[in-house]
Amino acid sequence: MLHVQNLHKRYGSLEVVRDVGFHVPAGHCFGLLGPNGAGKTTTLRCCLGLTRPDSGDITLAGLPVPLRAREARVRVGVVPQFDTLDPDFTVAENLVVFGRYFGMSRRECEARVQPLLEFAGLSDKAEAKIEALSGGMKRRLTLARAMVNNPQILFMDEPTTGLDPQARHLVWDRLKALLTEGRTIVLTTHFMDEAQRLCNRVAIMDHGSIITESEPRTLIDREIEAVVIEVYGEGVEVWFEAHGKPLSDRAELAGDTAFCYLNDPDPLMKTLEGQPELRALRRSANLEDVFLKLTGRDLRD
Amino acid sequence: MTEAVVATTQNTEHGTGHRTATRWRFLHVVHRNFLVWRKLIGSALVGHLADPLIWLVGLGFGLGSLMPSIGGLSYIAFLGSGMLCYSAMNSASFEGLWSAFTRLKMQRTWESILHAPMTVTDIVVGEWMWAGLKGTLSGAAILLVMTLLGIVKSAAALWVLPVVLLVGLAFAGLALIVTALAKSYDLFTYYFSLILMPMTLVSGVFFPIDQLPKAMQVIAQFLPLVHATTLGRALVVGTPPGNIALHIIVLLVYALATVTIASKLVERRLMR
Repeated sequence: MLHVQNLHKRYGSLEVVRDVGFHVPAGHCFGLLGPNGAGKTTTLRCCLGLTRPDSGDITLAGLPVPLRAREARVRVGVVPQFDTLDPDFTVAENLVVFGRYFGMSRRECEARVQPLLEFAGLSDKAEAKIEALSGGMKRRLTLARAMVNNPQILFMDEPTTGLDPQARHLVWDRLKALLTEGRTIVLTTHFMDEAQRLCNRVAIMDHGSIITESEPRTLIDREIEAVVIEVYGEGVEVWFEAHGKPLSDRAELAGDTAFCYLNDPDPLMKTLEGQPELRALRRSANLEDVFLKLTGRDLRD
Repeated sequence: MTEAVVATTQNTEHGTGHRTATRWRFLHVVHRNFLVWRKLIGSALVGHLADPLIWLVGLGFGLGSLMPSIGGLSYIAFLGSGMLCYSAMNSASFEGLWSAFTRLKMQRTWESILHAPMTVTDIVVGEWMWAGLKGTLSGAAILLVMTLLGIVKSAAALWVLPVVLLVGLAFAGLALIVTALAKSYDLFTYYFSLILMPMTLVSGVFFPIDQLPKAMQVIAQFLPLVHATTLGRALVVGTPPGNIALHIIVLLVYALATVTIASKLVERRLMR
């Protein structure tokens, strides 16, 4: 459904996308993960033909991009990172007007409104103004709008950023329904649980390149130890030097917290007994740990 | 097969649409703007009619009573026919500046349209045509007011409307260039007061061009509004139009060149 090869994009002296390549088969969900500024959005824009890459080959829905990007977008739905709903129209009008850009007749567009609003859980909001919607409702309406042309493939740039847990779960539920129907989804996110939940494959991007790409579970098994023990409290530095570091497969002190990555946690847990001033959290490793290991803990803006 | 959550008639019919021929796709943008405008049609029409009425009655009768006739025309007829072009310019410029910029930057409307099978050219041509039509509507409102005041006497005056559309398109194109380059609304105030207002004063809207210094008269021949008022006035009140082809060609060149440049600039801005 989407093939990307040797993609490069440079803005001035800054290479924001560096030799990116991936392949998304029909019906799959593919996640592009990475810190802010990693090049995720630029990569998506290139795939949609909204940014001309300096070099590389892209095929979207069987058509070469950017050469025939406009035609390819007939089969594509897009949920952009920022809200682009039309505030001059009501909820229902937003769907109709957007459908018209696809060359659909008014009758066709109007017939789509009710099923789409039901899908987005907005049936009672058809006549509402956009400004009266909550953040979660806007996101769902944007998703419904992206579905107006019944697309084969959806591009979603951070689909749940800024949503509360209820709203995020609702969006995930809708996306799973779309995947069950056999649609393809390409999303960017920096929520690791989102990627773990939805994606067949994830690629981690940093500084414009894909560092690694795999199934989420494989990535966790391959890149990181099974268990993580987080320790903090008074005297954590002393404990870290004496026990944390030597007993872990990998360990780091970030701020006031010691992160110990290891496969056999018992010996380390024993050293924490009788140290009431130290608090410990023991959990299994997740995609976020992989992400932090590969991209580091430095803040990006 | 699972039943599609948001299927149309059949699950196989993925990707409806793209039935609009290339050259007509811009109409989707015109249509979108029309739908928004229709919501406020009442106040829009009152504005279109009340504004010129106040100007014409106030300036035309008030100032006009102090003025000799101009080339056989009463001042109110002279002013009205000039205002017709000036108003088209104003209206098209406003739409191509503030309104278009709102859709470009604040509302990200153009960005969302690009997610559909539309191109930057479709959007810019659609906005250009829409702004041109709004200019035409303003001009038509003045023509109506002039008719009601008994200034326009022949139905042949309706020939001015295609010319007014050209005036609207010429200034819509210019406005869209400014919009494509603008970082904020501030630039538009400068464009209005430093470019459009001075141009209006030397373009034969309020007084004949032959009152200008010779050098200024030569420069004025390159200004689109001069050609607009010269041809527009002739058509409205039936004075000799001079070189019709020249006036039309100048306006046409302005309209087409500016929309082409605006399209390139918006492309550079949005598709980076």
